[in-house]
Amino acid sequence: MTTLDKTTDEILQLAAEHFKVPRERLSPSDDFFKKLGINSLQALDLLTRLEQHFRIELPDYELQGVSDFRTLAERIQSRL
Amino acid sequence: MKTFRGKTLSWHVADGTIELSLDRAPCNEIGTETLAELENFVTALDSLQREAHALIISSARKEGFCAGADLRELYRRSQAMPPAERLSGVRDFLERIHRVMNALDAAPLVTIAAVHGVTFGGGFELALVCDLIVADKMARFCFPELRLGLIPGFGGIPRLKRDLGNAVVRDLLLTGRSINATKAQSVGLVSQVAAEGDALRVARATAAQIGKFDRDTTIAAKIFIKPLAHDELRREIDVFCKLFTRPAVEAGLRKFVESTDALPYLP
Repeated sequence: MTTLDKTTDEILQLAAEHFKVPRERLSPSDDFFKKLGINSLQALDLLTRLEQHFRIELPDYELQGVSDFRTLAERIQSRL
Repeated sequence: MKTFRGKTLSWHVADGTIELSLDRAPCNEIGTETLAELENFVTALDSLQREAHALIISSARKEGFCAGADLRELYRRSQAMPPAERLSGVRDFLERIHRVMNALDAAPLVTIAAVHGVTFGGGFELALVCDLIVADKMARFCFPELRLGLIPGFGGIPRLKRDLGNAVVRDLLLTGRSINATKAQSVGLVSQVAAEGDALRVARATAAQIGKFDRDTTIAAKIFIKPLAHDELRREIDVFCKLFTRPAVEAGLRKFVESTDALPYLP
């Protein structure tokens, strides 16, 4: 099983690549809406990519109240 | 009319396939303008279908296939009406959209929804009237209506029950969650998953394959295997209208309309 740190790192890498933001500018405690400059539609897009990458299903209601990468990683980790 | 370009959609016929393309910013929300143009399309379909073996419905918007009913218009129009008239206005709209959906559902040619991105609510219902759904891998399907204190009102529940096991129907309706194309294919909703941006190409290839078969036989097969629950569709309108008058619905619509997010899709 992957560790939470590894999961977090993979999320940051995927988000950086897809939204064309330098990886070094992202950190686990960042608000991904603000840091990536995305709206809820783009967040759904990110969710789909994360589901494909980690081969999981993550209900979008699990993202309620989640805005930082670390907490997102915890949600994903609980499905691995 | 073999080609048409309107304010919310366009269509043309090519290689025996009618292609209907939705194109209304931001994500093809279905309001009165789209409804009117869909009604025109259904009227035109009567003559168009004589030269075609397939109809593909797709979206020209990068955001997705269709985000559902135009809730902003619905709220605005209902607030502008005297309370006593709001319900009859909603019922009239629903009956018109049901006529369109039922006509597409029973159309005498094979229908394919080529979807990508957001395929929510009324958009999901539009895809469900088609015989086949081809989804690109970034498509997401959702019935978010319960979040607003409503149920799907464009015929989605009877069609979802027609296509899927009841457990999946309960999951989608009662949680209001969205599912991706891979999950949708695994439960039998989506027939083919395409690469990102490739749903229309795959739909065209599928239509070309279907075009090889005798048309009359194909239509006879479709009529035989694709029932339409008319009674249940009518009951859905009644249930929707009954729910619509509740204060929770007005509050839910107001919250949606007042959201600062242009596309408030997360639950």
